[in-house]
Amino acid sequence: MHVASWLLAGLVYLAAAVLAVPLARLLGLSSIVGYLVAGIVIGPWGVRFVTDAQAMLDFAEFGVVLMLFLVGLELEPDRLWALRRTIFGWGTVQTFGSALVMGVAAMALGADWRLALVAASGLALSSTAIGLGVLAERGLLNTTSGQSLLSVSLFQDVAALPLIALLPLLGSIGAGHAGGGWAGAVKAIAIIAIIILGGRLLLRPALRWIARTDSPEIFTAAALLLVVATATLMQVAGLSMALGAFLAGVLLADSEYRRELETDIEPFKGLLLGLFFIAVGMSIDFAVVIEQPLKIAGVVLAFLAIKAAVLWGMCRAMQIAPPERPVFVILLAQGGEFGFVVFQAAAQAGAIGAPAASFLVAAVALSMLLTPLLLVAADRWWTPLAARERRRPAVDELREPQNASVIIAGFGRYGQIVGRLLYANGVAPTVLDHDAEAIDALRRFGWRVYYGDATRLDLLRTAGAATARVFVLAIDDVDRSVEVAKLVQQHFPQLAIVARARNVEHYYRLWELGIRLIERETLDSALMSARSALETLGWEPHHARTLAMRFRRHNVEQLRAMAPHRQNEALLIAAAKQGRRQLEELFALEREQAARRRDRAGWSDLGEESLSLETKPAAREP
Amino acid sequence: MADPVPLPDLLSVPQGVPAAEVLVIAAHPALEQSRVNRRLLQAARALAATDGARVAVRDLYALYPDYVIDVPVEQAALSAARLVVWQHPIHWYSMPPLMKLWIDDVLAFGWAYGPEGRALRGKDLWLVASTGGPEDSYRPESYNRYFFDAFLPAYDQTAALCGLRFLPPLLLHGAHRASDAEIQGHATVYAQRLSSWPDWAEIEALPPCVECAVPAIARPAPGRTERAA
Repeated sequence: MHVASWLLAGLVYLAAAVLAVPLARLLGLSSIVGYLVAGIVIGPWGVRFVTDAQAMLDFAEFGVVLMLFLVGLELEPDRLWALRRTIFGWGTVQTFGSALVMGVAAMALGADWRLALVAASGLALSSTAIGLGVLAERGLLNTTSGQSLLSVSLFQDVAALPLIALLPLLGSIGAGHAGGGWAGAVKAIAIIAIIILGGRLLLRPALRWIARTDSPEIFTAAALLLVVATATLMQVAGLSMALGAFLAGVLLADSEYRRELETDIEPFKGLLLGLFFIAVGMSIDFAVVIEQPLKIAGVVLAFLAIKAAVLWGMCRAMQIAPPERPVFVILLAQGGEFGFVVFQAAAQAGAIGAPAASFLVAAVALSMLLTPLLLVAADRWWTPLAARERRRPAVDELREPQNASVIIAGFGRYGQIVGRLLYANGVAPTVLDHDAEAIDALRRFGWRVYYGDATRLDLLRTAGAATARVFVLAIDDVDRSVEVAKLVQQHFPQLAIVARARNVEHYYRLWELGIRLIERETLDSALMSARSALETLGWEPHHARTLAMRFRRHNVEQLRAMAPHRQNEALLIAAAKQGRRQLEELFALEREQAARRRDRAGWSDLGEESLSLETKPAAREP
Repeated sequence: MADPVPLPDLLSVPQGVPAAEVLVIAAHPALEQSRVNRRLLQAARALAATDGARVAVRDLYALYPDYVIDVPVEQAALSAARLVVWQHPIHWYSMPPLMKLWIDDVLAFGWAYGPEGRALRGKDLWLVASTGGPEDSYRPESYNRYFFDAFLPAYDQTAALCGLRFLPPLLLHGAHRASDAEIQGHATVYAQRLSSWPDWAEIEALPPCVECAVPAIARPAPGRTERAA
């Protein structure tokens, strides 16, 4: 029986992804590793299910395009404009800085200048797909490092194009293929202008019109069409498809359809991006690797080290917080998919030989495979170290002994409110926080905050824990909070701990230590919102307040009653249900009582006529 | 089916309520500024500490800083008591607001008064109050314009409606200017009286308790659902 080849291909890819990704996650690795390994396994050097990696790579590149569209959707034009310095400034530093150092190193080792130039510029680029994928996976897109990484990636996307266009000039085959000089530039600018103008003027009315048809699949089709059309336009102009999609995304970032577009595109992006990583895995030419294992390992390590050194310098200059540095450095140090394009174009143009090209492609692919592993390593060894050494020089650690009656550990949103009320009443607490950046900001607002890790006993002593009376535990990290609580209880038993609990689980962990002054951080604000809701529905404000307070008392009593049973999930669930029912019954009973109170009649047995006090003056006689 | 869940049952009689025959309900909204009531509270607490079955003290502003009174607990404490003491300063010729809220919430219809409201019948109520102004300011010719007794009928009648016997109040006037010795003496008298109740000479002389019944005409019409004025 004949099976259509596209069906078979789909079967292989989907099966590989479905098997490899959960396995990778199970091993604690990024799903990107799963895709890469799946690609290696089914590719020409594995079980040879698929042999044409290049075709697959071309197709799957669309995943990267979709991803940049989504990234664009998250970035309003204003914010993009605010990033322009980072994009062009630091983008230039990274791309040309790394390329220069690598080029010089390659020539010093005796490489041909053309090979050195091509290799250096190709290896200077990084994988936008992996970079942004990892950022999204870790929720880092909106951090300083995330935005810097995005900026540098965007610049690379822009810079790769003239690079690829110029390659033929290096080659022995000759120029004339570069898209036509001035004419090409004019065309490119015209197309970008069309995208920007069209996006501003036409897209929104068009989307509104489509949305009005009220058929979700047509909206999805329109969303895809939008990206495909932009990508096509860009390719016609000889520009990066991904860049075009990014622009289209930015133009729609402040539109009312942003969320809908996101949800529609997301699954396509996810699958195609997976396919892209599989294709990268397949394209690793193991023949080259096996031939010169030491040389390739040397090249990979050398280029990663050089790029990392440049990036590390950038981190310091850009003031990226130390814990975010490893991710930034590792993600930008790796090679990228544009590298593949550069090397292939260079080989076609005759600037470098075909073996050199496949050697370099393998080096890039290996670096992409290494990246997730390096990230795991960094998480394990670097991050704890960085956390301990976080920008010590910027803010001084607490040194002089303090003697305030209150110590506040953790001065974020929670601790600040506690602190402000205390300050306002003439109690000046000693405040500890371990986030150097936050401390900088707080000091600018005039707070006296000390840099200090409350998990360190010596620091607690210096903070005056031996003489203070109250220890406000407002750290937001649950594990650290519990750790500090134990430390304080063990060494400073006279301190009353007033604790913030992130959630019920945290509450119980503190409760088990014997701490009783615990507040769940969201309970009271949520109850205030519930009151607002009741009031809006017509409850009298004071009645709503009373109900909320009663709810609170009941809720806290129940929480405490269940503390001994917190390991028993079935019991907890049953208790929660019973508690809900009890509260309903209680409120119902009260409503009924209130109704009875309103409807009550007189209460004498004597009959209505003889009821007034005046009829019984004798009772007052002695 | 899960095991029975060990939850506090809100609808049943609460646990851990002080059961003493003399129950002091104290209310002072700014105890930190108090001269008289703080001393009185200390005296009552000292008694409660030596004999918890005889005297229990409930400091309302400490128990209910958020003005959310636990009615079942308060009612249980009242049920156990035979003498109820209201100890508070006179503010604006009346009781502090939390004390009034306590009366509103705890002395509920159908419990303290009304057809089935007999929980407090036969118990004694003793007001222990202080005024800032001296005794001679409570005169028609002085700035308080009325004899102090003119401000007591609301207490008396509240007691009567619940079937409580209203004992002669213990008053300290001129709390602002009272000397330490005077206050100390007052607190000593207070403690002695708490200890000696019900063997007070003046109880003998009291008239029998007034019975109050309220005619239907004074109540909201049956079946009305909107809130009474």
